[in-house]
Amino acid sequence: MKVRQKTTMIASICLVVSLAASSFLLHRIDRLRPQATLDEVLYLSSPKVIKRASLGYDGLMACIYWTRAVQYFGYRHYYSATSYNLLAPLLEITTHLDPHLVVAYEFGSSFLAPAPPHGAGQPQAAIHLMEYGIQNNADNWHLYYDLGFVYYMELKDYKKAADTFERGSHVPNAHPFLKILAAQMAQHAGEYQTARMLWSATYQTTQDEQIKQNAVEHLRALRVDEDVQHLQEAVTRFGERTGRLPASMAELVDAEGLAGTPADPDGQPYKLTPEGRVEVRVPDDFPFATKGLPPGYKPAPKFHAMP
Amino acid sequence: MRTRIGYIASNTFREAVRDRVLYNLIAFALLLSGAAILVGQISIEIEKLVVINLGLTAVSLFGVVIAIFIGIGLVSKEIEKRTLYTVLSRPVRRWEFIVGKFFGLAGTLVVNTFFMAIGVFGALFYVSHKFVRADALIFVALYFIILEFLIICSLALLFSSFSSPLLSAVFAFSLFVIGSFAEDLRNFAKMAHGVSGLLATGAAYLVPNFSAFNVITSIAHEQPVAGQLILQNSLYALFYATMALSGAVLIFERRDLK
Amino acid sequence: MPAIEILGLEKTYSVGFWRKRPKRALFPLRFTVEDGEVFGFLGPNGAGKTTTLKLLMGLVYPTAGSARILGREWTDPSVKAQIGFLPEQPYFYDYLTAHELLEYYGQLSGVPAKQRKQRVEKILDQVGLRDVRGVQLRKFSKGMLQRVGIGQAILHDPKLVFFDEPMSGLDPMGRREVRDLMEQLKHEGKTVFFSTHILSDAEALCDRVAVIHKGELRDVGAIEDLTSSVLGKVEMIWQGSQVPASIKALGAECHVSGDRVRAIIAENQQDAIIDALRRERLRLIAIIPVRTSLEAYFVEKLRRAETTAGSVA
Repeated sequence: MKVRQKTTMIASICLVVSLAASSFLLHRIDRLRPQATLDEVLYLSSPKVIKRASLGYDGLMACIYWTRAVQYFGYRHYYSATSYNLLAPLLEITTHLDPHLVVAYEFGSSFLAPAPPHGAGQPQAAIHLMEYGIQNNADNWHLYYDLGFVYYMELKDYKKAADTFERGSHVPNAHPFLKILAAQMAQHAGEYQTARMLWSATYQTTQDEQIKQNAVEHLRALRVDEDVQHLQEAVTRFGERTGRLPASMAELVDAEGLAGTPADPDGQPYKLTPEGRVEVRVPDDFPFATKGLPPGYKPAPKFHAMP
Repeated sequence: MRTRIGYIASNTFREAVRDRVLYNLIAFALLLSGAAILVGQISIEIEKLVVINLGLTAVSLFGVVIAIFIGIGLVSKEIEKRTLYTVLSRPVRRWEFIVGKFFGLAGTLVVNTFFMAIGVFGALFYVSHKFVRADALIFVALYFIILEFLIICSLALLFSSFSSPLLSAVFAFSLFVIGSFAEDLRNFAKMAHGVSGLLATGAAYLVPNFSAFNVITSIAHEQPVAGQLILQNSLYALFYATMALSGAVLIFERRDLK
Repeated sequence: MPAIEILGLEKTYSVGFWRKRPKRALFPLRFTVEDGEVFGFLGPNGAGKTTTLKLLMGLVYPTAGSARILGREWTDPSVKAQIGFLPEQPYFYDYLTAHELLEYYGQLSGVPAKQRKQRVEKILDQVGLRDVRGVQLRKFSKGMLQRVGIGQAILHDPKLVFFDEPMSGLDPMGRREVRDLMEQLKHEGKTVFFSTHILSDAEALCDRVAVIHKGELRDVGAIEDLTSSVLGKVEMIWQGSQVPASIKALGAECHVSGDRVRAIIAENQQDAIIDALRRERLRLIAIIPVRTSLEAYFVEKLRRAETTAGSVA
């Protein structure tokens, strides 16, 4: 038995060592080619070609491309990338392979339109994608919602947004709020209340984690914007009454009869600068806020660059 | 010891040749020349692209099919037909038998690929009427394809050592398909949580990573291949094949032959 | 030094998907084969002869026990260079020619290149395949394959050869040739271990035998010793229709048909009956062995074992 045991031992050692070595190498190879799966997207210009190459296994390929799209965006977003050129083609391929993969359209509407680093900055691509989605899923009211959202949020085309919501409200089983939103667009488009409605609706009706997270960030930013606006108005009123700027936030609160110490959604009290500006304490925590930012504020760079 | 492995390897090669394996080159030649002629006549600015893409993909696919179909029978056929009895009654160690078969099959594929490479370059010359520096990249692609073959051969041999030809073919082919999407599998695994995430990651690392060997699309566009990648791929193929062969040796070593 | 020492080799297979039922193929075997003898391994089909050979060749692993071949552990790879093996109904690579197969096997056995060429030619002659050396084995008949089998077993001039049912499937000429070959091997001082269920071959060739039945060793020894307790039967035919009283007294079964009498008698009564016939001036026509002593031994011994089968398992 001795020879056999020797062979068994050597073979087992070889097995374990090569397993470890190959896993290690695989890790290294992955780092060499982080976006390797996207070669085809770079070189194949038409989704139709990919569809044909799938040999009928469209559904599976759609899932694979969908995963790649999510990975692509997530990876670059983590490093605050300034371009997301492949997102639109990836989503286009995904939806061509499986026109009923609704989550892909939702993802597109959330992340194709906004400007970098929050999105690809291609609102037209988003609209194109959504129209394709609506064409192929006429009974899905949520797609109309997503499209209207793009018109509202990125293009500020309130008329088109209203029309889209209106179209969507006619879909059987459409959520009643579509009609409400259509009406809101007409009258109160630019108001915080409307924006809040929309982001809340997005948050509640999506399953995708990244979209949810995005909606939360927007809602927080809206809160900040609204708070800062009200506080700034209070400062102006104070100024008109007393002819000077308030010495501190506490004085402003007393003088204008504001309830408690005004604080941002994280519980940090707002700052009142000597120049009379209301500012949020940690702007980096509110990437979408448009008010309450110190002058010349730039988001802090990530301390590790994208490999 | 080494000479016995050599003898087994050359006999395996001889068996493949007499099994008329090399006739596949005829089909390959027909395919490639047909494509080259067709594309040359239409002149659509991408003749070179078509020839390289089609040629190399055919080299890869033909080779994988041959590797699987010959590989799955290498051990199981000998056990089934009992030709092994008189071989193992000689001073041949069981592990030498496995290793010899591996080199025989790998050698067959290398020879096959060599002839196919001539065909590819021939077709390329036909459509472009000249060679450019970047065409040397085709050698890299061919080298990677051969590395792929080594992995597939070792896997086919592994399955052959314990499973029937039909099952082995199914396993080997499945691993080839999954392995081509290995990077996606790893991405999936990254997104999963808990136990299923661990299992998925384990599977994703165990599966042969063929996607890293597929540089056909990029070299068709004359993109260079990093030297690091060549080195790491070579090492990866070496270790992976060793792993599969070690498994085959372990299994075969303990088998009672019927 | 004995050529083969089997020290308690046994084999139990696990049968069934969930490994439930163990199947005993071989009970612990213990016997020795001396250097230079022709040793027969006898038993009915399914007795465990092939299993034993596969164990000795390392094709199958024993559940327990060991063996020594030519003084070394049976798993020692260096042993293989000195033994030859002819399996039952052998298969060879059918895409090779006879010449190529022998050449390949010579390579694997480590026969040096120059010697190999000579040996291959010699063996092809010896087994009578010179004319078909360039023909692919797939075209060979059973008898021709058997010859290839013998050829590859003795190609590297081993000290010890194992033959598993070497006569199976051969025509009378073929069987004669194999018998001659085995005699030749013995003459050359080699040890021959062969298994068979054909008793006449064993009787003709073997110095000693081992008898195995249902996985168990029943007897080992020279044939005369084994059969000393049993007698064979002989049929004698003589002319006429008389059965002399002295013959009747011996208790022989006699049948009269036409003008012939057939009597079945025990082997050791043969001489007495010949004497009786001569006295009565009856003409003896034929003496035909009906059952050799070895066969009688088998039938008696093994049938007895069958009836006590319940106690062994």
